[in-house]
Amino acid sequence: MIAIPAWNEQGSLGAVVADVHEHHPEAGVLVVNDGSTDATAQVAADAGAHVVSLPFNVGVGGAMRTAFLFAKRNGYKALVQVDADGQHDPADLSRLIDGLDSADIVVGTRFHENSMYFVGGPRRWAMVLLSKALSAMNKRPITDPTSGFRSAGPHAIELFSVNYPAEYLGDTVGSLSIAIRQGLVIEEAPVTMYYRAIGRPSKNALWSALYLGRASLALIATLLQRTSPTKGDTN
Amino acid sequence: MTPNVLAAITALITFIFVGDLLRRGLLKEKYAVLWLFFAGTALFLAVFPSVLTEVSALIGVAAPVNLLFFVTIVLLVLVAVQLSYELSRHEARIRRLAEEVALIEQRTRSLDPPAKESRSDDDGHHDS
Repeated sequence: MIAIPAWNEQGSLGAVVADVHEHHPEAGVLVVNDGSTDATAQVAADAGAHVVSLPFNVGVGGAMRTAFLFAKRNGYKALVQVDADGQHDPADLSRLIDGLDSADIVVGTRFHENSMYFVGGPRRWAMVLLSKALSAMNKRPITDPTSGFRSAGPHAIELFSVNYPAEYLGDTVGSLSIAIRQGLVIEEAPVTMYYRAIGRPSKNALWSALYLGRASLALIATLLQRTSPTKGDTN
Repeated sequence: MTPNVLAAITALITFIFVGDLLRRGLLKEKYAVLWLFFAGTALFLAVFPSVLTEVSALIGVAAPVNLLFFVTIVLLVLVAVQLSYELSRHEARIRRLAEEVALIEQRTRSLDPPAKESRSDDDGHHDS
């Protein structure tokens, strides 16, 4: 199953769903409409996706936990998360799905030899630091822990349908930390990243410091959590 | 004596106010009990200020009012933390409810498609 969390993405979502359908006509596509105020749900339904609409905005983490719940209850064995803004290339989907043969989670990394993706300055240092911390925990490299292009196998679906952080960066960095602590196998695969059509906000040193701080907090919060999921899904 | 009278009146007003909120069902017992206890203690100390003086002397606090302020601040911080805890718990529960509602809404929609498809024949059939 391909899960696309979307918040006010009516402009790009239709093309993304169509693109995914074209590459993987056999896969179910679920759009989690995260409290959008525009026509996101309609666009998704028209493009032929399953649509689950949250009554208000809960953030990417909440949208993704809904997707994991949906996958679990509908018997899906694999879930790939794709962004609604079109920055992920559906051509990479196969690589993320195939990776699940030997791993519970495959993270698409934007940092590899043939990558066009480049970040510099303090933001880069922040990402390197996060990557180092998670790689050390994982005992194998996770070069791009904040990547939102990733796949999850049955064990990860089971875990994440119960416990998936809602906070900013918790959904990327925090979820990996939770998975590592539960003993899931995390691998990575190279992916292509398209820059967003809409301009990114300029990121300065202060922004990077805050970013690192929040990411560290997200990481530490999951590290302090008790390992056994206590607030279980009762269904 | 005036400060004590003022304290007693304030405590009494708090007591009546919280009691009224409780009576009208606007405040849950577990929170009301806390504030009633605070007001009650304040009232007690206003009527018997010597208790505070004696306790201060016993612990070794020179100015009794400092003990009063210290205990008050500690208690208020504890209440604030407790409220943050309750708030976090409620946010987590509301988030879970939102997810369930969204999934149920999707499920009902898939079982009962919009009018133009399912209601084509006019006799109201109730099979799903």
